[in-house]
Amino acid sequence: MLETNKSIPKKDFVLSIEGLTVSFDGFKAVNDLSLYVEEQEIRVIIGPNGAGKTTVLDLICGRTKATEGSIKFKGKELTKLNEHQIVHAGVGRKFQNPSIYEDLTVFENLELSYPRGRNVWGALTFRRDAEVVAKVKEIADMIFLGDKLDMNADLLSHGQKQWLEIGMLLIQDPELLMLDEPVAGMSVSERKQTAELLQRITKDRSVLVIEHDMQFVADIADRVTVLHQGQVLSEGSMERVQSDPKVIEVYLGH
Amino acid sequence: MTKIQAFIGRYQLSHLLILAALLLVVMPLAMDIFRLNLVGKYLTYAFVAVGLVLCWGYGGILSLGQGVFFGLGGYCMAMFLKLEASSPEQTAIQSTPGIPDFMDWNQLTALPWFWEPFHSFGFTLLAVILIPALFAFIIAVAMFKRRVGGVYFAIITQAIAAILTILIIGQQGYTGGVNGITDLRTLHGWDIRTDSAKYILYFINAFLLIGCLFAARYIIKSKLGRLLVAMREREDRVRFSGYDVSSFKIFIYCIAAVFSAIGGAMFTLQVGFMSPSFVGIVPSIEMVIFCAVGGRLSILGAVYGTLLVNWAKTSFSESFPELWLFAMGALFIGVVMAFPNGLAGLYQTYVEPRLQRFKKSSDPALASDMDALKTAEIKPNKTKDTESAAEEYSHAGNQ
Repeated sequence: MLETNKSIPKKDFVLSIEGLTVSFDGFKAVNDLSLYVEEQEIRVIIGPNGAGKTTVLDLICGRTKATEGSIKFKGKELTKLNEHQIVHAGVGRKFQNPSIYEDLTVFENLELSYPRGRNVWGALTFRRDAEVVAKVKEIADMIFLGDKLDMNADLLSHGQKQWLEIGMLLIQDPELLMLDEPVAGMSVSERKQTAELLQRITKDRSVLVIEHDMQFVADIADRVTVLHQGQVLSEGSMERVQSDPKVIEVYLGH
Repeated sequence: MTKIQAFIGRYQLSHLLILAALLLVVMPLAMDIFRLNLVGKYLTYAFVAVGLVLCWGYGGILSLGQGVFFGLGGYCMAMFLKLEASSPEQTAIQSTPGIPDFMDWNQLTALPWFWEPFHSFGFTLLAVILIPALFAFIIAVAMFKRRVGGVYFAIITQAIAAILTILIIGQQGYTGGVNGITDLRTLHGWDIRTDSAKYILYFINAFLLIGCLFAARYIIKSKLGRLLVAMREREDRVRFSGYDVSSFKIFIYCIAAVFSAIGGAMFTLQVGFMSPSFVGIVPSIEMVIFCAVGGRLSILGAVYGTLLVNWAKTSFSESFPELWLFAMGALFIGVVMAFPNGLAGLYQTYVEPRLQRFKKSSDPALASDMDALKTAEIKPNKTKDTESAAEEYSHAGNQ
């Protein structure tokens, strides 16, 4: 069905999705989907509304349980794990709307995401030591919020909230980072900064991004996957995908 | 959104010490033993209210069945005291001497097996803590692992309170039925009905409450406290930050249950009986009201709220017994609508700024930058470690 597989170089796959299907009362939101993500690759998933993009991320991170198929992350089957176990395996997820703790400060938001003291006892005995503070500051500088550590997160602008959530993922140091529309609602300059940020943070990890902004996609994507009705319609470089007649028909031509 | 920040890190040691002084010095000096015993009884509800601050205020888990744990703790203690009051000599006139009187009235001829261990005081003390904790654990695992929350959880806890009440009333021969377990006299031969015993029990109760407050303060100030706030707002985000959300909910629910149970056991000791009227839906909801009036984000507010509502209840219901329940309902609605953070919220909005101003005028060193102080008030201790922040705030609160 797809001609893309031959173009895949001999690199290890971090994530291999095979035959993934999820059915909501008979409606197949994702239908027999196969997708492979390489190490250090930035893969962007595009597709019209209802194509199943967010559902794919939900399936990978365990929020939705698959009806059929397998999701292997570094050889580990994710479909059987709980959400927090998937996080521990090294998968981080950013939600579509900025999902941060608005009652807490920027510092506390990042601190809670620091991967230590994740069980009850660990949380009770957690100490805010120099290591934690240093790491939080490092990440805060990276996401342009270094001077806002003491600010309550609800006072941040929309774009800053998006960055904060990205920062909360970075501090977990995941090997696979999944971002659902990271630049939605951002100003032009914020988009630029975010693209730079993504280029920087993807040096030692793989990234799976859902995005609608085509300029942004062209800026960051190594490869693009087009989803349509729960299936892969096309896959490859941005130019290749953009010139694919099937894609033009269902999506870009609109 | 409310400034939760204003509450976190705000449990200044000085405020806790003021409460401790009030409970341990002022109240005993100012009141006769009858009134003091009454305050002691109210304070046993404060254990429940403090537990509710943790699980409802912080964790967002509204339990309308905390009376269950209060009752379990109280019944455990009552069973021990009842057995001591039912020695064969004291119950010689019964057809089966040596068993509690209500069993004899219900034609029981032997002590039921589950009463046997309550001959031991050590076992009883353990049971007061462990039985409610275990029961809470089972409920919490069953609910939170399935991700039942919010209103559904509240309704289920209410149903459990109703079921336990019906069970206790129905199994009259084993539990004393609707009258409960009454006529409790001695603890290891020490008569708990005397004035001196009541004084001692009042102080034990006050110390235990202060101990619970310190424990609650520790939990709130730990990372677990911040996680609870985070979970209440964005449960999914916490889950996808690698935390098993249900384990934290289970933990905090069990802590709230244990606090309630300690309160229940102290109730039995101070009041001298335990009955299903402290287990059911109405008392459970009343306890939520105590917590809401005090401020559901303030452990100290919960104590003051409990005292205030109970004092009002006692004085009001003496004059207008039928109207009290309506007044209580109106109070709850009023507080939730007008002052969602209760007394503690009022204190923070109106009293504390005045104290700050007073401090400012009396301390020129701090007068330089009132605004900076204000900002620090709203967003305390972010980059400092919690200890130094605590010091900073106890300093700020020392007027």
